[in-house]
Amino acid sequence: MNGLKKGLGLLWMILGPASIIFMFLQAYEKVGLAAEGVQKTNTALQWGIILFIFIPISAGLVIFGYYALKGEYDQLPSGSEEPKG
Amino acid sequence: MSQELQKNSIFKVIGASSLGTLIEWYDFYIFGSLATIIGAQLFPADAGASALINTLAIFAAGFIVRPFGALVFGRLGDLIGRKYTFLLTLVLMGGSTFLIGLIPSYSSIGYAAPILVLILRLVQGLALGGEYGGAATYVAEHAPGNRRGFFTSWIQTTATGGLFLSLGVIVLTKNLMGASAFADWGWRIPFLLSILLVGVSIYIRLKMHESPMFTKLKTEGKVSKNPLKESFNNKANFKMVLLALFGATMGQGVIWYTGQFYAQSFIENTCKVDFNDSRYILLWGIAFATPFFVIFGSWSDKVGRKWIMLTGMLLGILFYRPIYQIFLDDTDFTKVTQQDIQSVSDAVVTRTPIEGKSDSLISTSATVTLLSGASYQKIQSHVKFEEKGKPVALQPDQFKDKKLSTMVFWKFVALIFFQILLVTMVYGPIAAFLVELFPTKIRYTSMSLPYHVGNGVFGGLVPFIATLIASFSGSTPLSGLWYPIGIASLSFIIGAVYLSNKKPVETEA
Repeated sequence: MNGLKKGLGLLWMILGPASIIFMFLQAYEKVGLAAEGVQKTNTALQWGIILFIFIPISAGLVIFGYYALKGEYDQLPSGSEEPKG
Repeated sequence: MSQELQKNSIFKVIGASSLGTLIEWYDFYIFGSLATIIGAQLFPADAGASALINTLAIFAAGFIVRPFGALVFGRLGDLIGRKYTFLLTLVLMGGSTFLIGLIPSYSSIGYAAPILVLILRLVQGLALGGEYGGAATYVAEHAPGNRRGFFTSWIQTTATGGLFLSLGVIVLTKNLMGASAFADWGWRIPFLLSILLVGVSIYIRLKMHESPMFTKLKTEGKVSKNPLKESFNNKANFKMVLLALFGATMGQGVIWYTGQFYAQSFIENTCKVDFNDSRYILLWGIAFATPFFVIFGSWSDKVGRKWIMLTGMLLGILFYRPIYQIFLDDTDFTKVTQQDIQSVSDAVVTRTPIEGKSDSLISTSATVTLLSGASYQKIQSHVKFEEKGKPVALQPDQFKDKKLSTMVFWKFVALIFFQILLVTMVYGPIAAFLVELFPTKIRYTSMSLPYHVGNGVFGGLVPFIATLIASFSGSTPLSGLWYPIGIASLSFIIGAVYLSNKKPVETEA
């Protein structure tokens, strides 16, 4: 199971930037397709919101993947008050 | 410690916490439930679909700031205590909701209207970000370790209860005053009512005592000096924050908002079911499913939290598309034949001259009642060219205000019930699950962030992103479902592989 955890860690590290690239491409395409004026502004705003929110989360996925790859999740603490650090 | 508390004392704690949280959810949801009407009030009349999307964006903005509220108020809760922090969030929430009810429409103050609502919506989001973590932590810290799932599940019912209350108040207000007056100004009443509810809740909460665990920490001088730093700068804790987000709350959030929000939006806006019918369906579904929050919360005390939550996600992944296909099929009246029709009302014909031409736009509307008991409004639009004489169809016939037959109505209730049952599976045990991941001194901060990123961002954006995806060229009405299905699938895999199914222990370690 620990091998699977580490192997998938690599996948999460790839998935983070891949999802950002996908979102940028989608944003570029949809804003480009929108008609000039209010519709273009609205579309740009909507995609701006999506990118603003999901870029940090994608970065979090990369960190999660890195921790998984390093075996940080091989042994989870057994209780909430277990010493940390 | 907590085990020594009398049972009625714990229920008093739960009652006082839950009432405030329920009101906060009510405040938060009335905006979403009235998105279409508010869109018409706050944006230019010719904005069309963009008004709805922009309103959803404002709605989504309320969700997006929730993680920031979690950080601000979570930090405060770990520094000064749970009681006063979630008292403050209640005041902020109630005040901003009341003020939304007072904002003039776009026709009176122009773009100041949506801007003011956006600001108040952000305050609502911040307040909610601080409220939930406080209430869940407060109850969990009063409960015995081996009964946390059961006791915190009462807090979990408030989210659905708040939606139920908001829908109930909206339907009641609209039916009492009529659709036209409600769309004009009556929509403000549910917002204004909030101030009374919040007043009662503040009175009750002022009488509550601080959590015993936090009091103990304070007495021993072990309160965290910098909860944010300890939560996110400490790798051992931060990795659990990430695991909680990607392996649990992210999937839980999309299952929750698909079942409770997207379902209603889909039935009303995509299937064009009548305003009241679409809300009654949800009200019945919620009423039948709500007890299961407590059932699954309590069960998680015996079998662990992990597999109950993950099963809820898996069932959503497998069944969302078939369920929404049934919604579409059963509200498709394009194939109705003459034998199916019981009666057709007199047609109302509206003739609108096209500016600068002698041609005109003719719209014919009639209510069709079927033998099954279903009915709908059929609208045909034509352009009449003076020189040709014969009208030319402008667009395919439109069907709206669909009322369902009794059989289909209850079938929809059953399908909504099933979706909310999945919500109870993923959401019932989640508060206990999160509380048990983090130590007392940084619990408020640490559990609030993954909860509100999962629910506020991933979950809260379901109606917005799914509506956006479904509006792409080449998409189908079901395309929007790929967002919750994709997110839930990712969360299911991460949860299944990385989470451990810890059995609750008798006391805090």
